[in-house]
Amino acid sequence: MIQNVNKLEMKYMVMKYTNGRAQTMKLCEIKDILKAEVLCGDEFLENEVSYAFGSDLMSDVLAYVKGRTILLTGLINSQVIRTAEMADLTAIVFVRGKRPENDIVNLAKQNNMILFTTKDSMYTASGKLFCNGLEGINLD
Amino acid sequence: MEFMKYTFDVEKDDFVRAGEASSNIKRTLRELGIDSAIVRRIAIATYEAEMNIVIHSVGGQVELEIDPNSIKVTARDRGPGIPNIELAMQEGYSTASEKVREMGFGAGMGLPNMKKCTDRFTVESVYGEGTTITMEILLKAGD
Ligand SMILES: Nc1ncnc2c1ncn2[C@@H]1O[C@H](COP(=O)(O)OP(=O)(O)OP(=O)(O)O)[C@@H](O)[C@H]1O
Ligand SMILES: [Mg+2]
Repeated sequence: MIQNVNKLEMKYMVMKYTNGRAQTMKLCEIKDILKAEVLCGDEFLENEVSYAFGSDLMSDVLAYVKGRTILLTGLINSQVIRTAEMADLTAIVFVRGKRPENDIVNLAKQNNMILFTTKDSMYTASGKLFCNGLEGINLD
Repeated sequence: MEFMKYTFDVEKDDFVRAGEASSNIKRTLRELGIDSAIVRRIAIATYEAEMNIVIHSVGGQVELEIDPNSIKVTARDRGPGIPNIELAMQEGYSTASEKVREMGFGAGMGLPNMKKCTDRFTVESVYGEGTTITMEILLKAGD
């Protein structure tokens, strides 16, 4: 059991510190991994992120997320876009096949964001990205 | 940079327009060429204060004041006020309704986060009258 934990931790550390820093991931890779559909902003598919954060609590996003992070969420209201705007996040994945209404997509367009929707649940989508080397944010 | 002041009205329960005041404030600061990390801190704190007016108050205003030394945001509402400020400031304390929680708010993180994001932070509240929150970020040469 202890051996297993160590192995897993090792694997995580190796993943995390390859090249001495967090791996970045292109948004087009994220699209492929999650078999996601782009709702707007496909001109940003070559951009990269360093971290992912999954939450349905907007105050947690505002309190903890920094830097080039992609947000995974099950919420599809305009406050998700506003929250991302304030926190300088430009990429959002809606999980469980959710789709925001057109005016919300338009608000995201105005803010130069890229929006995805994936059929995966929050857990599955997060797991797939993590396994492919995309880390969670550092909580301090 | 000279002294500038802008005021934005914030309506109670208007979840479609909620965030517009903060969005305008963020844009204004960016256009003035303020350092992006500072713009982000002000935007987050302002948005938390604006959402609190939408969610918890009967309505109010958000005001932005800029001078060469600081950026100040004042969020003022017309009631009902906060009965116990110390309790409201605790992480995790929230009186938000189920409907508001379903929209992603009500973690009880807003007030602590406003304090964390800004250099000076005050809450004044008289129950029955209203709440005034002031938040200030001090600018150094070059910001
Ligand atoms: N402007 C206000 N008028 C009246 N009560 C307020 C106001 N702002 C905050 N409160 C009270 O203080 C509590 C804590 O506020 P805070 O912003 O920290 O958390 P929240 O708004 O409940 O949740 P979150 O900000 O995480 O979405 C609120 O639940 C509410 O009871
Ligand atoms: Mg709040």
